[in-house]
Amino acid sequence: MSLVSRDREPRVNSVRRFVRRPGRTAAEAAALLIAAVVAFPLYWMVLSAFRPAGEIESAEPRPWTLAPTLDSFRRVFGQQDFGRYFLNSVVVAVAVVVASALIAFLAATAVTRFRFRMRTTLLIMFLVAQMVPVEALTIPLFSVMRDFGQLNILWSLILPQIAFSLPFAIWMLRGFVKAVPEALEEAAYIDGASRARFLWQILFPLVLPGLVATRVFSFISTWNDFLFAKSFIISDISQSTLPMALLVFCKPDDPDWGGVMAASTVMTVPVLVFFVLVQRRLVSGLGGAVKD
Amino acid sequence: MTGSVSQEVLERRRVPAGRSGPRPRGGGRGSAAAPRPSGSSRTPWLYLAPALVVLGGLLACPIYQLGLISLFHYTQAQVSGGEPTTFEGFGNYAELFGDEQFWQVLLATLVFAAACVAGTLAVGCALAVLLTRVRAVPRLALTLAALGAWATPAVTGSTVWLLLFDADFGPVNRMLGLGDHSWTYGRYSAFFLVLLEVVWCSFPFVMVTVYAGIRAVPAEVLEAAALDGASQWRIWRSVLAPMLRPILVVVTIQSVIWDFKVFTQIYVMTGGGGIAGQNLVLNVYAYQRAFASSQYSLGAAIGVVMLLILLAVTLVYLRLLRRQGEEL
Repeated sequence: MSLVSRDREPRVNSVRRFVRRPGRTAAEAAALLIAAVVAFPLYWMVLSAFRPAGEIESAEPRPWTLAPTLDSFRRVFGQQDFGRYFLNSVVVAVAVVVASALIAFLAATAVTRFRFRMRTTLLIMFLVAQMVPVEALTIPLFSVMRDFGQLNILWSLILPQIAFSLPFAIWMLRGFVKAVPEALEEAAYIDGASRARFLWQILFPLVLPGLVATRVFSFISTWNDFLFAKSFIISDISQSTLPMALLVFCKPDDPDWGGVMAASTVMTVPVLVFFVLVQRRLVSGLGGAVKD
Repeated sequence: MTGSVSQEVLERRRVPAGRSGPRPRGGGRGSAAAPRPSGSSRTPWLYLAPALVVLGGLLACPIYQLGLISLFHYTQAQVSGGEPTTFEGFGNYAELFGDEQFWQVLLATLVFAAACVAGTLAVGCALAVLLTRVRAVPRLALTLAALGAWATPAVTGSTVWLLLFDADFGPVNRMLGLGDHSWTYGRYSAFFLVLLEVVWCSFPFVMVTVYAGIRAVPAEVLEAAALDGASQWRIWRSVLAPMLRPILVVVTIQSVIWDFKVFTQIYVMTGGGGIAGQNLVLNVYAYQRAFASSQYSLGAAIGVVMLLILLAVTLVYLRLLRRQGEEL
């Protein structure tokens, strides 16, 4: 895992020289301890998912299990239409991630590479739009969806998520588009490139790292979304997504902890995989976005 | 891979551009004398069109409707079309502001959000500094753990934390020797539990961002401070914090936005707002009013109040940006 990008190596070395002091052993012990504490809930989740039925509800919770079993996972995949929910979640997340990436890229290009009237006004509006509490808009969105006959289908989850992920994505991408030197654009046009060619074959690849960082945010918020799924998918359960499936096991009076934890594990794994795939880009992407 | 190459190009290019202050801009419109293809004035709007259509239809239009609904009498009967809607003016707001529970929830929301932001920033910044002081292996362990917490969906994280603090089967009570003490029963302990979960899942963003910022600070500056005998706290307060100010402003504002709007954690962990609504925050309160008791117009009015509060935050943010001399 290269959380330290190679081109920064000399600087990191000199930072290390600065910190080579007696307190380092204590600092490293503290870091490892904190890492263990932070990872503990995830460990407990996976552990509980693999426990046999009686063991979770024992009065003496042990941090290990002697008889790991797949029973809870079987219950999750068997009892519910779980595969269907999983697929729905994937479809919604991929659609949102891709569509809002393209739309945000175009918009960020417009507000950084061009000067036109209302540019600043638009930027402030994008910033304000970020503040809008999504939950408050559930009520009017519900009636919009109903009027257009979009209730109970996946579009009712995809469209609002695209809209709500756009302002933050545009705001963050701005820095990356700005960082591409204008000389490059001029050179491309002098060499006879069309505007579309410059946009997709030169600018797009250069902005890609920043795009990845913003994608993480929209992927997580879409994958997590539980409010829209709860509010817009009301009668056709086959269009439901994973968070709703999770809640089925979470009855307030008698929760099926094994089922909840197994479903949670299944729901968390794709996000973890996504994170591991993009983590190098993510760190440099965040650093870049806030610097510019 | 072309991706990593272009990333390096980008990094190398960005460093001088970022340090040289605001770039001189060509006067007037058209940022440079670039030989652009014709049709310059229409192109930006062409690029903006998809974004504006989506945002207009699914953000601006619902906000307008939200304001409208909050001015009408709008309950289940009106939704199903059984009764005509009646204009109420500010009647819903009057009812809301006359309701003692609203003020209680508003206060709880403000205090809870402030505590979450403070906790997230303190933990995130402290761990970012810690990351710069350790070697690769502990750094990797901590970063991976943090990414794991970050990646955990809110619904999942909430249920796992509930299990950890469960009165009967949770390991935390066992470790602390609390017997079958229930964390979700008392108002403050329930809020505290949710706070822990919120900090757990939101400190990684602060940590990773601030760490990226610290790495960009020239090492000589830190070395000089250390040679002068400054303590770690002093270095943070007098050197790092002022240099990282832009980054700190961004993560603070993002945290305020996110924590003020906390919904899933409260909804899942306290079962929709706690016993007798003791753990309600504005967002959940609006949802309960609108969907559980079908008082859509009251829910909409609460939504408008939230919008106005967050708008005030935005104005503060814009002023901060302007004071830093940043060009939008």
